[in-house]
Amino acid sequence: MKCRVCRGPAVIDLKRHNANFCGDHFVRFCQQQVEKAIGEFAMFEKTDKLLVAVSGGKDSLAVWHILHGLGYSVDGLYIGLGITDYSDVSGNYAKAFAAEHGLHLTVVDIVEEYGYDVPNGSRAAKRAPCSACGMSKRHIFDRVALEGDYDVLITGHNLDDEAAVLFGNVLHWQTDYLARQHPVLPARNGLPRKVKPLVRLDEREMAAYCVILGIDYMLDECPMSAGNKHLRYKDALNTIEAASPGSKQAFFHKFLGQASHFFADAAEELREELRPCENCGAPTPNDVCAFCRLVDRAGGNAVPVQLTQAPSRTS
Amino acid sequence: MKIELRNPTRTIEVDGAMSVTKLLNRLELNSASVLVICDGTLVPTDAFLPADAVVEIRNVISGGAT
Repeated sequence: MKCRVCRGPAVIDLKRHNANFCGDHFVRFCQQQVEKAIGEFAMFEKTDKLLVAVSGGKDSLAVWHILHGLGYSVDGLYIGLGITDYSDVSGNYAKAFAAEHGLHLTVVDIVEEYGYDVPNGSRAAKRAPCSACGMSKRHIFDRVALEGDYDVLITGHNLDDEAAVLFGNVLHWQTDYLARQHPVLPARNGLPRKVKPLVRLDEREMAAYCVILGIDYMLDECPMSAGNKHLRYKDALNTIEAASPGSKQAFFHKFLGQASHFFADAAEELREELRPCENCGAPTPNDVCAFCRLVDRAGGNAVPVQLTQAPSRTS
Repeated sequence: MKIELRNPTRTIEVDGAMSVTKLLNRLELNSASVLVICDGTLVPTDAFLPADAVVEIRNVISGGAT
């Protein structure tokens, strides 16, 4: 196989694009896909102060690397979740990446700061581990973004992540979730703007980006994610993708372009009035936010949110 | 050739030289879900793997979408 651009030896073939690339031109292809997503969905500007949520895995390190390379001002946030040795090792990858590239990384350890960990929080709140983990991370993402006066919070969700979420939402016709599935969630009521610049790139491409550039990332899977339904959805979608390349991209991006507007009414119904949590001050539709309830049940202590001026950008 | 797999980490031996596609088919792995790294270099699916190669098959699917 030859590179589509330079005709040199290819290192990767992308069947959904009917294209092969050498290492250098594949890296440029990934950068272009991110630039295209940023522009297509009006994610942010060069003058914005960006915060990327970093897990130590391929996607978050790759998006941090790409955005830094494109000239954006972007800091990192790593959350230690207290998941046995997995959290320590993944944190080391995030810290090593930041040090190597001279980037600023904020580290929040939930055991030290909140007095609980995801395994205990999950059991205490009677939530699935990924649910307790996701809720904890979202709360801390919001807190650190607002305290640091960041304009935008960036996550490394890729095309496979979004297609799998869409697949699950369609399987169960969860119209409320379908209504808010978009690469950009506007800032509102003290919550930061959240964006997903990797929605045009899949997991295999992100892993290849890291391999080609020698970016070390956490290879082991989170021990709490065994049996996670999103893994099963991804497996099912990749079976379809192998037989019909481009299916995942068409499924997700045609949903955005041709179907998501059908759920706009459900989106309006979701716009609940938010007020400060009585315990921590974070925006919530309830008296006490779900995160504080989880921390309380797990025997920890919620930290008050230091709200600065909320980002003004709302679209 | 020596094949290194992850999650769980293990090493297996496969006899003879063959293409990446043939190897993945033999191991019943989906090419959309893995990368193949031969002697430290990423290779496309039509690459030919020598019988004495050390091949890493890296799963690229991670879970916990939130």
